[in-house]
Amino acid sequence: MKAITNYIRSLFLFELLKGLSVTGSYFFARKFTLQYPEQKAPVSPRFRGLHALRRYPNGEERCIACKLCEAVCPALAITIEAEPRDDGSRRTTRYDIDLFKCIYCGFCEESCPVDSIVETRIYEYHFENRGEQIMTKQMLLDIGDKYEKQLAADRAVQANVR
Amino acid sequence: MDAVIELWTALPVVIQIMIKIVTIMLPLMILVAYYTYAERKIIGYMQVRMGPNRVGFFGMRLWGLGQPIADAVKLMFKEIVVPSGANKLLFLIAPMLSIGPALAAWAVFPFNAGLVLADVNAGLLYILAMTSLGVYGVIIAGWASNSKYAFLGAMRSAAQIVSYEIAMGFALVGVLVAAGSLNLGDIVAAQQGSVFHWFWLPLMPLFLIYFISGVAETNRAPFDVAEGESEIVAGFHVEYSGMTFAVFFLAEYANMILISALSALMFLGGWLSPLPEAWVDGVFLLDHGFHWLLIKTFFFMFLFLWFRATFPRYRYDQIMRLGWKVFIPITIVWIVVVAVMKVTAMPWWFN
Repeated sequence: MKAITNYIRSLFLFELLKGLSVTGSYFFARKFTLQYPEQKAPVSPRFRGLHALRRYPNGEERCIACKLCEAVCPALAITIEAEPRDDGSRRTTRYDIDLFKCIYCGFCEESCPVDSIVETRIYEYHFENRGEQIMTKQMLLDIGDKYEKQLAADRAVQANVR
Repeated sequence: MDAVIELWTALPVVIQIMIKIVTIMLPLMILVAYYTYAERKIIGYMQVRMGPNRVGFFGMRLWGLGQPIADAVKLMFKEIVVPSGANKLLFLIAPMLSIGPALAAWAVFPFNAGLVLADVNAGLLYILAMTSLGVYGVIIAGWASNSKYAFLGAMRSAAQIVSYEIAMGFALVGVLVAAGSLNLGDIVAAQQGSVFHWFWLPLMPLFLIYFISGVAETNRAPFDVAEGESEIVAGFHVEYSGMTFAVFFLAEYANMILISALSALMFLGGWLSPLPEAWVDGVFLLDHGFHWLLIKTFFFMFLFLWFRATFPRYRYDQIMRLGWKVFIPITIVWIVVVAVMKVTAMPWWFN
């Protein structure tokens, strides 16, 4: 009996029509597409994008050249050289991040005792020549200065969980 | 007006025919181009995407309507690579063999009462012959490419098309019996009346089998084993690039349009209006006309895309089973049924 009903069902293309009705109904469904350059997906405050070095509100750079980030970096993307500054404080003379090596794991940010190296929300950047992927200390500081407001706000949101 | 007619008759017959061919071919090619656009758009919509919507004209987007033009230009400027082990002559002839029959079949296709390039009495036979010839392009392409995948695709396609040809032929025999003529214009004339006089009702099984066989014949999903992206890269046209590749696609889409138009012609009354004769006589747009044929053809063209968005590819043995063990027996039985209906002059359709 079951074989007969199965035979009749397949003969009348029952299952196929059901499938067609599914795709047919999706034809009129609202589309999920994000029209990327015009529309953008919301970004989490924890997003790990391009790096930045932050400063204190008085303009003093936060980094004290403890090299914890360099040590923790699993991809060995960070290179730091340090010397005492004229006023005797310990500062970096070189702070390079190779963005080709970086895997954006965020360990550097986590390890930083003074919240200096951070990862920003910026995810749209590109290089046109070899060598441009090395972010120098000045470039990182500039990014930090430019986005300080956003960075501070993002860190404030997460203050209770960090 | 008289002057135009005089000028027309003054032209040599060859030129007249050339002009007629161009007036068929040009809109057809534009339709093919925009059919590819419709395919991407419709399948995109069914997959909850938007499809191409960036390329427009004069800096305006226009829902991506410029996409087919951009695609065509790109393909025209691409290099045609001939594989080193390929049979160069056959390799380059194959796409032409593929598109030739696809376009030639339109010669006997009536677009309206009396509006046909060649009013051949064996029109149906000619169409059947032309749609079958398309497979040679595929087989030769597969063989001449000197590539495993292309060859596999060609073999599959040969077996599939030969199998479905028979079911398709039998379905057409049913139409032939019902209409009593091989002339496509006469077949439409035999369906005069209203929606319920059309052949789709008395020939329902043949109608479905004809269209499904048509999908198989044009190597479209779910019967696209000849192409089988996920199994054999691109099947018979792996080694093709640039315009040779594009010509295969032109042929495929022209064939799809042809099958759609033929289904509309033979089972849905072609250019006949679906309303009863008495209502439509002389009423603008409701009357019989080319626009009805166009609407019906678009419906079948949409079905092709809908199928592709819905069904997974048939396994090879399933295709063979469906062709030989399901379609052929059903068509044979139904031809007998149609013959009996015709002989007994069954009321409504055949009296």
